[in-house]
Amino acid sequence: MLNYIVRRIGYALLILIGVNLLTFTLFFAVNSPDNIARLNIGAKRVSQDAIEKWKAERGYDKPLWFNPKAEGVDRFRNTIFFDRSLKLFTLDFGTSDSGRDIAHEIATRIPASLALAGPMLLLTLFSGITFSLLLVFFRASYLDFWGTVVCVVMMSISSLFYIIMAQWLFGKTLKLVPLSGFVPGLDLFKFLALPIVVGIVFQLGSEARLFRAMLLEEASKDYVRTARSKGLAEPAVLFGHVLRNAWLPILTHVGALLPYAFLGSIVFESFFGIPGLGTYVVEAIAGQDFAIVHTMVFLGSLLYILAYLATDIAYTFVDPRVRLA
Amino acid sequence: MPKFVFLWTDLVLWLVVATAIVYVIHVRRNPNLRATWRHVLRDAPAMSAAVVLAVFIGLALLDSVHFRPRLAAAPAAPEASAAYATRTLSLLDVLLRHAIEAREKTYSVPLAYWSFQRETVVIDGREERQYPRLAFGGAHLDDPAQQWRPDLLSRSLQGVAGGLAFAVLMVIAVASARGRRAGGWRRALGEMTRGETEVPWRAILATAAAIAVVIGWLVAIWPYYHPFGTDRTGNDVLYQALKSIRTAVVIGSLSTIATLPLAIALGVLAGYFKGWIDDVIQYFYTVLSAIPPILLVAAFVLLINVYIDRNAENFATGVERAEFRLFLLCVILGITGWATLCRLLRAETLKISELEYVQAAHAFGVSHGRIMWRHILPNVMHLVLIVAVLDFSALVLYEAVLSYVGVGVDPNSSSFGSMINLARSEMSRDPAVWWNLATAFTFMLALVLAANLFADAVREAFDPRSRAFRPRRFRLKEST
Repeated sequence: MLNYIVRRIGYALLILIGVNLLTFTLFFAVNSPDNIARLNIGAKRVSQDAIEKWKAERGYDKPLWFNPKAEGVDRFRNTIFFDRSLKLFTLDFGTSDSGRDIAHEIATRIPASLALAGPMLLLTLFSGITFSLLLVFFRASYLDFWGTVVCVVMMSISSLFYIIMAQWLFGKTLKLVPLSGFVPGLDLFKFLALPIVVGIVFQLGSEARLFRAMLLEEASKDYVRTARSKGLAEPAVLFGHVLRNAWLPILTHVGALLPYAFLGSIVFESFFGIPGLGTYVVEAIAGQDFAIVHTMVFLGSLLYILAYLATDIAYTFVDPRVRLA
Repeated sequence: MPKFVFLWTDLVLWLVVATAIVYVIHVRRNPNLRATWRHVLRDAPAMSAAVVLAVFIGLALLDSVHFRPRLAAAPAAPEASAAYATRTLSLLDVLLRHAIEAREKTYSVPLAYWSFQRETVVIDGREERQYPRLAFGGAHLDDPAQQWRPDLLSRSLQGVAGGLAFAVLMVIAVASARGRRAGGWRRALGEMTRGETEVPWRAILATAAAIAVVIGWLVAIWPYYHPFGTDRTGNDVLYQALKSIRTAVVIGSLSTIATLPLAIALGVLAGYFKGWIDDVIQYFYTVLSAIPPILLVAAFVLLINVYIDRNAENFATGVERAEFRLFLLCVILGITGWATLCRLLRAETLKISELEYVQAAHAFGVSHGRIMWRHILPNVMHLVLIVAVLDFSALVLYEAVLSYVGVGVDPNSSSFGSMINLARSEMSRDPAVWWNLATAFTFMLALVLAANLFADAVREAFDPRSRAFRPRRFRLKEST
């Protein structure tokens, strides 16, 4: 088992290196720093001096991969690649194009993101699994049929629509919840309630349908028929056998969701004015700040890979076949 | 002759249509595929969805023939020289000319003859704040306060009646066509109303009739009013929504098409050759899928921004620039989205390449390339089809999110995403401007829901494992 985990970690590192190379190429090699400077300064006719100055201020005046002017190790250390890419591995994120410390920004924004994403993920999973269990329990009945239809309709509605309608209905018309003002403390619960509920409702359709398919796949297997034929009641079959075995695909799915829970509620954060990582990304994209977007891509991939590793390790606990192999 | 403008997106969209036609011919010749598609044809929700989809795609195609109309030649100009308008129009624009021209000053409520905002008017020397009349909406009324309601009612009735008449014509046409084979149109009509036909004609015709009524109503109303109101700059909202359909269809279909070459080639190669080739390809798609999609798309879109910024002079008109951006966006969505399909194809190829008939092909000395092309590819194509139809609706929804984040379509081209984004601030006005959101939402829901229902049927037909548990309504009949 230890061998397996070590192998997985090695592969994860390899992937991270790949992501790093790819994103650096995308951000700084395809796009020469001159172009970035021109785009950011924004004027029609930009003098070369202004570009040089802009680049020097942000450390983009070094060569991309290899510095022939320097000596020894500095040939590689004194490059944009080293500054912008390799330092990310030590979680040294550098400064953004507008001169702020990225690491500090991220650290101050993480709690807000977590406060939204954590409960949202857990409650979404809970409601999705509950609803799909209900559908599977009454499978091939009209409840199941119409439940699935409702799921399809709910999936067909844009998340933006849910958000706008909820804000209009509960925030503006009924005045049940505050629409803005992210302040720590007790009011936070009241403020976060709406985004979390909207998040759950918006994902319920697709999640419940997915879980239903997973559960049904499990429920059509032979051991389930055996369990029924030996006289077990349907709830016992469903919870004791089907759900237990369906945890494995569900776990895989959660692993894939984790990084989005953290980063991906981009839309929710910026709609509800929550100062988290999502808002940070949206602002960076709007301001065409390559340094921030680059860092966030790295961070997002890091989280994805960590979540993947966590899933792999969780497998070893859930599935004895993996543990013993 | 107007000057035709061939936009990238148009070409690819028409290519997709051509491919679809070729595929249909192929299906008709192939008994296996025909049997599978018959499952879809028998599925009532799927066929209703197909009717809706056909209307949407038809509108998108109408909007995909672009040209620049020729301007009236100046009297002194020589014969040969021709001047073309700077605006690129599409066939749909020509059909809806009146809607483009009927531009108001600002917001107006659906079907209104009055503006949304008060203006100061001087009446008999006194200043009064009142809602001025619209320039086009209800402009034909002499005394709007009295005539507006009856006029609206009579026109609506006419439109609905026209739509119904058309629907009845359709029913008669189908019944008489079926009647030739089924023994008289009365019998055919009876079978259809009882829902006993193999192809669910009842559902299809009901959907078509509903659409006909809606279209009839619009045809009667639109020349005189704004059926869904106007937006902030006074443009007709219905026109915006109809233009947005094309953007949605283009994104939904082109992005999926763009994933196919990489996904199919790499997936089949990885699954067939295994070993180090498999490792390398797996490594590639794991790296790509490790990057959160929105961020990866954002990264690519920032690249495009730089590119367009540098090559601004290459685009003759604003539409061409917007379309080029849309095209690149689809390519980007394709490049960033091939991993899922690739993974599926790899797994399926792994399974298939162990089967006896592939081994037999090896034994006969068939080359690798030929085995992959003749024996493996046709047997994984159902996966491609399933993923393509499933992705369509997801991409249409995704576009709205991308536009919101600021990495979507060009701000100048109309899309559901930009309509919804604008609605965000409109809903917080008092009184709320709800019709923009409602229109965009209705159209989007119709398109996405239809695509989802159709995709479900296709998946069920091609992937027997996913066949849903349905309540059996015809249990008695089936057993007899």
